[in-house]
Amino acid sequence: MLYREAGDFKTTYRDDGQTFPIRLDRWGYYVTLAVAFGIIPFVINDYWASAVFVPFLIYAIAALGLNILTGYAGQVSLGTGGFMAVGAYAVYKLMTAFPDISIVIHILLAGGITAMVGVLFGLPSLRIKGFYLAVATLAAQFFLVWLFNKVPWFYNYSASGQITAPERTILGHAVTGPASTASAKYLICLVFVFALAWIARNLTRGTLGRKWMAIRDMDIAAEIIGVNPLTAKLSAFAVSSFFIGIAGALLFAVYLGAAEVGEAFGINKSFLVLFMVIIGGLGSIFGSFAGAAFMVMMPVFLKNVLVGSLGWPTDLAAHIELMIVGALIVMFLIVEPHGLARLWSLTKEKLRLWPFPH
Amino acid sequence: MDQFFFAAEVLANGLMTGVMYALVALGFVLIFKASGVFNYAQGVLALFAALTLVGIQQGQIPFAHLINAAFGTSLHHFGWTVPAVLAIALTAGVMVALAFLIEKLVLQHLVGQEPIILFMATIGLAYFLEGLGDVMWGADIKTLDVGLPQGISDAIEGTTAEWFGYGFFIDRLDIWATLIAALLVAALVAFAQYTKQGRAMRAVADDHQAALSVGISLRFIWVMVWSIAGFVALVAGIMWGTKSGVQFSLSLIALKALPVLMLGGFTSIPGAIVGGLIIGVGEKLFEFFIGPMVGGATENWFAYVLALIFLVFRPQGLFGERIIERV
Repeated sequence: MLYREAGDFKTTYRDDGQTFPIRLDRWGYYVTLAVAFGIIPFVINDYWASAVFVPFLIYAIAALGLNILTGYAGQVSLGTGGFMAVGAYAVYKLMTAFPDISIVIHILLAGGITAMVGVLFGLPSLRIKGFYLAVATLAAQFFLVWLFNKVPWFYNYSASGQITAPERTILGHAVTGPASTASAKYLICLVFVFALAWIARNLTRGTLGRKWMAIRDMDIAAEIIGVNPLTAKLSAFAVSSFFIGIAGALLFAVYLGAAEVGEAFGINKSFLVLFMVIIGGLGSIFGSFAGAAFMVMMPVFLKNVLVGSLGWPTDLAAHIELMIVGALIVMFLIVEPHGLARLWSLTKEKLRLWPFPH
Repeated sequence: MDQFFFAAEVLANGLMTGVMYALVALGFVLIFKASGVFNYAQGVLALFAALTLVGIQQGQIPFAHLINAAFGTSLHHFGWTVPAVLAIALTAGVMVALAFLIEKLVLQHLVGQEPIILFMATIGLAYFLEGLGDVMWGADIKTLDVGLPQGISDAIEGTTAEWFGYGFFIDRLDIWATLIAALLVAALVAFAQYTKQGRAMRAVADDHQAALSVGISLRFIWVMVWSIAGFVALVAGIMWGTKSGVQFSLSLIALKALPVLMLGGFTSIPGAIVGGLIIGVGEKLFEFFIGPMVGGATENWFAYVLALIFLVFRPQGLFGERIIERV
C-alpha cells in the first residue's frame, strides 16, 4: 500500500532510466544519505567506528570492486587480498615519499597503481576461463604477498617488516595515525564509498557494464556480436582492481594504522570479500553493501553473544563462528543463490501488494 | 660435483613431496569427474580425518571443550587408547558418514546450480568442517603416529655414500608415503575399471543424464565418490599429519593441490599424479637454485605461477579433456 509505483508518472526517458525509479526508494536513498552524512558523524564513538562502520564501508568498496569483476564480468578472482595489499603498500610508499601531497590524491593513485597490477594479472584471463582462472588468480595472491614480505624497499626497511601509517590531515583534521578521531575516519571512508558506488552504478548500466555482462553470459557469443573481449575483460580487471586498491589503502591507512602483509592481506581476506559478494548477490550494487554489512556485523554479533553473554572462551567462540559462517554460506546458497539482493527485491515485490495480496 | 648431488637430493625430496600433493589432488579429481563439483573442502577433509583419527586413537571425548564451556565440567579423555588399525577403520567410517551427510544436506539441494555456486558451497563446507574439527577435538597441534616408520633412512644413506661418496638424506616416511600412494592409485584405477560400481562411476562422469537413463542412481554414486574422496583424504591426512603434525596448516595443502590440478587437467587421474610430481620437483629445484637469489620462501607462489604460465599455452592442462565451446 505504501510501497507502490502507481501514480508515479514518468514523462521523460531520463526519469524512466534513473537508478531509483520508485519514489519510496528514492526517498529511502536520500534519507540514508542524510543520516550517513548528517547524523552518524556527530554521534559515532570509537567502538562503533572501529567495530562496525569503518570496516563496513571499506569492505563495501572491496565488495563493489570484486562484484564488478565476478558479478558483472564473470571472471572469478581469488586474488583480492593480494590486490588490497598492492593498494596498501602503494599508499604507504606514496605517503612516506611525498608527505606534502594530500592523502586523498595518494589513495586515488594507489587505486591507479593497483589497477595496473590488476590488468597485468588479468592478462591470462584472455586464455584461461572459469575455475582455471580462479586458481590462476591465486598466483597473484601468493606472489604479491611474498613480494611485499621479501623486498624491504616496500616497507621502507623497517625492522619489524610492518608498515605504519604516518599522520595525515584533511582540512586540518587527522584522518590517519593515532590522533585521528572516529568521525574523521568514518567520513573519509564514507566519501570514498559514496563516490565509488556512484561510479560503479553508472559504469555498470552504461556501455561498459553491458559489455561486461555480455562477456559474463557467454564470451564467445559476445565476441561474435562485436564486444572486444580484450578491452572488456581488461577494463573489468582495471576498474575492479582500482576499487580494491582503494579499499586496501583505506584499510591500511585509516582502519588498521599498521599492517603486516601476510596477516592483513592473506588468502582469508580474498575469501572474505568473495563471501560478501556471494552472500550479498552477484551482479548487484546493493548486494555488495548488504554482503559487506552482513559479514562485518555477524562476527561482532556472535562475539557479543558467545563471549559477552554466555562467557565462553574466545578461542571456542572463534571456532563456532567459523562453523556458523560456513553453515550460513551453504544455507544461503541453497535457499537463495542470488543472495541478499534477491531477497530484498522479493521483499519489495511482496510489499507492493501488501496488505491486499489478492 | 657436490652441487650436483645436492640437486639430485633436492630432486628426490621434491618427488616425494609431489606424491603428497598428488594424493590430495586425486581426491579433487575423483569428485570433479563424478559430480562436476570443484571440491575446495578436500584439504579440510584431510585435516578433519587426521584430527578424528588422533582423537579416536587417544580416546578424546568429542566436543569436550564445548561441553566444558556450556556446563562447567572438565572432561577431556575417555582414558583409553585405541589401536591404530581400529582407529583408522573407525575414522574411515566417520568419513563415509560425513560423505552421506554432505550429499544429503548440501549437494542434493544444489543439483543443477552453476559450477561457481557449487564451488562456493564447498568453501562454506570447508569453513564449517574446519570449525567442527576444532570444536570437536580441540585446536592444539597434535602428533599423529600410526606406526609408520619415520626418520632418515640409514640404508639409503649408507648405500649412496658407498656408491657416490655422498649420502642422500631421504625420510623413510616419504618412501612409505610413495608406496602407499602408488598402491592407492592402482586400487582406484582397478576399482574404476573392473567393478560394477566403478563402471557406474565412470558412466556418471561421462554423462549424467545418460547414466540416469540406464538406471544408475546418481545419489548413490555421489555418496560413494565422496566416501572415496574422504578415504583418500584420510590417507593424505595420515601422511601429512605424521610428517608435520596435525594442525590447521594441513588444510592449506588443498591450496597447493590446485595448481597441481591445473597442470594435470581437472579430469585426469594420471594428470593429478604427473602434475603433483612436476610441481613437487619444480618448486624444490626452484627454491634450491633461484630461491637464495630472491630471498627464499619461493615455494609459497612458485606452483601457482608455473601453473599460470603453463595454462596460458595449454588451457586444459596436460591431460585434461580439450575444452570445446559452442555458442
